[in-house]
Amino acid sequence: MLRVDVSKQLGEFSLQASFESEGRVTGLFGASGAGKTSLINIIAGLLKPDRGTVAIDGETLDDTAANLQVPAHRRRIGYVFQDARLFPHLDVRQNLDYGRRMNRLTDDPAQRKRVTDLLDIGGLMDRRPGKLSGGERQRVALGRALLSKPRLLLLDEPLGSLDEGRKVEILPYLVRLRDEAGIPMVYVSHDAAELRQVATQIVMLQRGRVTSIGGVKVLTSTPPPA
Amino acid sequence: MLDISPTEWTAIELSLRVATVATLVATPIGIAVAWLLARREFWGKSALDAAIHLPLVLPPVVTGYLLLLTFGRRGLVGAWLADHLGIVFAFRWTGAALACGIMAFPLLVRPIRLSIEAVDRRLEQAASTLGAEPWRVFLTITLPLALPGVLAGMVLGFAKAIGEFGATITFVSNIPGETQTISSAIYSLIQTPDGDAAALRLVVVSVVIALVALVASEWFARRATRRLHGN
Repeated sequence: MLRVDVSKQLGEFSLQASFESEGRVTGLFGASGAGKTSLINIIAGLLKPDRGTVAIDGETLDDTAANLQVPAHRRRIGYVFQDARLFPHLDVRQNLDYGRRMNRLTDDPAQRKRVTDLLDIGGLMDRRPGKLSGGERQRVALGRALLSKPRLLLLDEPLGSLDEGRKVEILPYLVRLRDEAGIPMVYVSHDAAELRQVATQIVMLQRGRVTSIGGVKVLTSTPPPA
Repeated sequence: MLDISPTEWTAIELSLRVATVATLVATPIGIAVAWLLARREFWGKSALDAAIHLPLVLPPVVTGYLLLLTFGRRGLVGAWLADHLGIVFAFRWTGAALACGIMAFPLLVRPIRLSIEAVDRRLEQAASTLGAEPWRVFLTITLPLALPGVLAGMVLGFAKAIGEFGATITFVSNIPGETQTISSAIYSLIQTPDGDAAALRLVVVSVVIALVALVASEWFARRATRRLHGN
């Protein structure tokens, strides 16, 4: 389980968030600028909190009081970025294999097939990222993060840069991911409809503060953020 | 016809050897320095940047003389190197390589630094989340993506090294077979009677080498850039 209790000054406003994820898909919901991306960047180890702790399954990743910060490359936390960030000089197959190589994991062809089937990217292997559509890129990015065998998956508005058609196309993959991949996720989005389909728990963020934590019904009972 | 005499061949071969060694040794250092300047903030950074560009701005003879003071047989560093490691630069082709390397360094570093700065740091972040330690991010992501700049810098540095004159002749003189590069050979030839034809031949060789270097640099840079964009 993920336990977060951090604060960070971000330019004009300050982020102060404290929550515990209960396992499956924790949706981080809020308007743009609420601090969602900064929060998951802290969880990923890409941003250092001013004060506080981050722990996963009992292991402390950040503890400002003890001057402890586990670097991002040792956290085993996968990250699917809003802009995919596939490596342009590598083809799809090499992009997918990157996490396994960097983590020095043994080759797992069965797992690779499961993931490529799940995301329907088997036919894209020899293509370069420049030759993929937005939806294809995002699916490959998902596959790449999954194949690094993370213990937690962070997704920052994974459907954010896609048009409606693509969103409708990819959302089922995300639901399948939740049901079949068995990896806990923290899913950032400003789209309540999306979260209602994917998330099992909601953490609402408004201007850097957690305003409510609860089940998905929280999305309908609370008025939309300003 | 281009009838090149043995003396001229010696000068050409020496120039190629000196420039190649200078470039090969300077490149890893250039990459490290370029990365430091591109990715790190530290006290003394502007001083380092200025120091690197000094050979571009100082009169070459001055650079050569400073090399003499530092690396000459009785120089600050040169004496120690000769006594303890048996490395001698004075009046040797290794000294010519050192002079050329230093003169070429700023031209080598600049394109590399620019291309490292152009590498999207968000890609480096993504690599970190996939488990890559910083040195592996550099080797697998940053360096391959900065390759056009590295190659362009290497070729530019090579071209400068092969043409270097002032610092070289000041530091290691103009000894045929040892430190007489193409430039110093031309310089000597035009001062001797009947040397004009030979000088002209070497001039042609110089121009050809310079053009090939420029074309190669362009070609490498374009190829690597195309590779980057997935074509």
